Amino acid sequence: MTTEVTGAGSASSPHPGSSGQAPEQRSRGGRRGDAEQVRRTREVSTGFIVSRIAVLGIVAALLIYALPPLIQTEAWTALGVVGVVTALVAYLYLTPRHIPAKYLVPGTIFLIAFAIVPIVLTFITAFTNFGDGHRGTKDEAIRAIETSSVTQVPGSPEYYLTIAESDGKMVFLLVDPATKAVQAGTADGLSPVAGADVSLTGKVLSAAGYTVIPTAQAAERDAEIAAFSVPTAGGAVKATGLSRAFEGKADKSYDAACDCVTSPSGGRWVADEVEGYFVDAEGKHLDQGWKVDVGFANFAKALTDPTISGHFLNVLIWNFVFALSAVATTFALGMIVALALHSPRVRGTKFYRIMLILPYAMPGFAMLLIWRDMFNTDFGLISKLFGVHDWLGTPTTARLGLIVINLWMGFPYMFLVITGALQAVPRELTDAARIDGASAWAGFRRVTLPLVLVALTPLLISSFGFNFNNFNNIKLVTNGGPYAIDNSTVGATDLLISYTYRVAGFDSGVADFGFAAAISVFIFAIVATVSTVAFWRSRAQEEVYS
Amino acid sequence: MRIRTAGVIAAAGLLMLGVAACGGTNEPAATPSKDKGNGKLVLWTDPTRAPVLKPFAEAFGKENGVTVEVKEISENQQQTFITASQQGSGPDIMVGAHDWIGNMVQNGAIDPVQLTAEQKAAFHPNAIKAVTFNGQIYGAPYAMENVALIRNTELVPTAPATIEDLIKTGKELKAAKKVQEILCVPFGAAGDVYHTYPLFSAAGGSLFGTTASGDPDPSKVTVNTPESIAALEKMKALGEKGEGAIKTSIGNENGIPSFVQKKCAFLISGPWSMNDVKKAGFAYDITAVPGFAAGGQAKPFLGVQAFYVAAKGKSKVLAQEFVANYVTNKDVALALYNADPRPAALTAAADAVKSLDPNAEKFVLAGANGIPMPAIPAMGAIWGPMANAEVAVVKGGDAKTAAEAAAKTITAEINK
Repeated sequence: MTTEVTGAGSASSPHPGSSGQAPEQRSRGGRRGDAEQVRRTREVSTGFIVSRIAVLGIVAALLIYALPPLIQTEAWTALGVVGVVTALVAYLYLTPRHIPAKYLVPGTIFLIAFAIVPIVLTFITAFTNFGDGHRGTKDEAIRAIETSSVTQVPGSPEYYLTIAESDGKMVFLLVDPATKAVQAGTADGLSPVAGADVSLTGKVLSAAGYTVIPTAQAAERDAEIAAFSVPTAGGAVKATGLSRAFEGKADKSYDAACDCVTSPSGGRWVADEVEGYFVDAEGKHLDQGWKVDVGFANFAKALTDPTISGHFLNVLIWNFVFALSAVATTFALGMIVALALHSPRVRGTKFYRIMLILPYAMPGFAMLLIWRDMFNTDFGLISKLFGVHDWLGTPTTARLGLIVINLWMGFPYMFLVITGALQAVPRELTDAARIDGASAWAGFRRVTLPLVLVALTPLLISSFGFNFNNFNNIKLVTNGGPYAIDNSTVGATDLLISYTYRVAGFDSGVADFGFAAAISVFIFAIVATVSTVAFWRSRAQEEVYS
Repeated sequence: MRIRTAGVIAAAGLLMLGVAACGGTNEPAATPSKDKGNGKLVLWTDPTRAPVLKPFAEAFGKENGVTVEVKEISENQQQTFITASQQGSGPDIMVGAHDWIGNMVQNGAIDPVQLTAEQKAAFHPNAIKAVTFNGQIYGAPYAMENVALIRNTELVPTAPATIEDLIKTGKELKAAKKVQEILCVPFGAAGDVYHTYPLFSAAGGSLFGTTASGDPDPSKVTVNTPESIAALEKMKALGEKGEGAIKTSIGNENGIPSFVQKKCAFLISGPWSMNDVKKAGFAYDITAVPGFAAGGQAKPFLGVQAFYVAAKGKSKVLAQEFVANYVTNKDVALALYNADPRPAALTAAADAVKSLDPNAEKFVLAGANGIPMPAIPAMGAIWGPMANAEVAVVKGGDAKTAAEAAAKTITAEINK
């Protein structure tokens, strides 16, 4: 966004926030006006106004888009947050004041939305048993238990259903397929209907005193039909779709008095608020559970459960080895290649650069699968070149293989950023070093590398953070394997993140988000600590060299 | 790589934001009275089935005067469905494999479907058995699938009667340099319990005991019984240190292509391999996976594709109408088969196409001894540890150690 008035732009009207203050006029190339004046007066161009209107329009559109679903689901807190944020953004960009905030707020909103909120939610989840079987509230679990226990009353007819109305109230017209007798079902019960006109497929076409609702209109009243039930001696008649009904009976029902689920056949399951299940006397629970707070149980499990904590240290060590080797190898190769191409004597650098960026430009997932197949024991390229060996089935070679694959995938990135950094190193410094009699190596070691590192340390730290959690490489190439014969929980190449993924049950499709969140908190703590220390040290380094 | 992850992080962030937005309220998202049935039906399925189901869904919509939206969910359909349902943004109807039922039920994501006695009788008994969980029917089955032995009849004219025969023939062909591998059964470095289950079960192995009602019983894990250990011994004999018929170097990615390229004369796979096998241009036949000479029959897992009524859908009555009364219709089932030829679950539809597509019929016959894949949530605890035990024995590890370790992990996971 430009804040300078260009010739044509100055003719445009001032934006609402600065009404009353004429935009400062300034001829092209003319002297800059009084500094104080410039600071207080904002200058506008057409592009500026258009872009501002567009941004505010998008913000308003997002608000309008978010309103109906939030109101429908009665998410008042979320609605409040959205409203306040929108109002804040609108105010901020319609007022001439708070100029620093104009630059800070968009980034801050995204930081809160995409970094802080997920972290906070992860922390909160870590203290619950949220996962498969424990996703909803207790009320939802009760409703699911009751609904799932509804069975057809033995011997009851499987009615054909026609939906009708009488005196503005909904009525189920039920046709017994065997006798073709027609009954009307209301909220009061069943009553016979005489002289109804019934089609061959069992639909009631007309009946005295009732208005048949056409299917399309009935479909519009879905929720009403779903909630409608006709009480009978044995249970209640409910609709199965729009054309059939059955007499059903719930086998299980919730009793608030004892906070338990009971069954007429004698079962009794008492609510266990610690586990989030209804449990019977033998300790067996009903399938449907609910979400409860479990305190530090997930953290305690990660630290004390021998099948988990017993491997934690080994996984952690390999995790560090992998992340550090990943950064070191990609940085070293990237540096070598970048230095080689930085030399003015090399011809065709553009061609080489394009070729070198190719591994980076290709879809990572496909590349990883191709690499995995290249390591195949019997059919892979690696076996053809170096002899048949169970490459990914032997811990040492599997680990080396992963580092090699990561090197191939990662060095173009390092090459790119180092090339950029090298171009910022003044040639006179290296020339001066050479004149002073430094060897090429000493020049690199004492002049180029420190200068490049100042610029690249933050990138190396982020690369470490990324590789520390390099889930894709592990998941797609070895899936954590090879595993020991007696241990299917953790494999030789598991990183904390792939290990979390497995122990949290994502692999088997039965997820335990609470526990996964607890391990994620550990990983977060480790990466945050390492990064903080590294940044702190790199700041010291910056002070030395700059 | 940074750029790629940025997108993922942003997407994850958005997802979390969605969760946050819904977390603001403690009220269940959809209480029936406040919920308007809006005359719209939403159906979720995977990308291969979406184009097939679309015309049928639209025909249903026309018939009932409603709009129907068929949405494809590209991957992780079960978790996506459960998560979206919980948030109140899920579909009215879900299409998927029957072994999801246990998990969907424990999350309260699907409702039972009331089929009439007549409707139930029209299905293959195994299909009804597969969608039954805790005595309730939870979905309307429409297609069944199981693995079978597919063989190149140019190399092997007659089907092997036993696994020993199969190995012998395979070895002879390998010695004559006609093939490179004895058998192609997708196994891979991570193991594959599903594809090898016919062999494991033929050798006497099993995963769960049964309850009084004949359902798999999660409190009786049987992977370390003497029978199952003996079965793992037999898999070891077929493995890399034995006959070399089961190999970690043959997996899902290269199993079918190897058969098509005549690297092996036998393939254990399902109806999904037919497109590739047909294109290979050689004669083939489909038979049941044989049993061992001394032992029981091979029992492949039966998988059933079914329609489910979402418990938290907005148009539940319409969804029930579609699932219970529309897709259970023979003509609809037949049309579905024609669009996507998988063995139909509706007996009448299966009979009608018998003469048109012999392959479908052969797969059904090959699955005659099959058992429906257990739909209990505990099945999720089986896959990883069992696959690991199989990988260990195939590589020559001790069967008893492997079985005991697997049983320990599985039991711990089920009881957690």
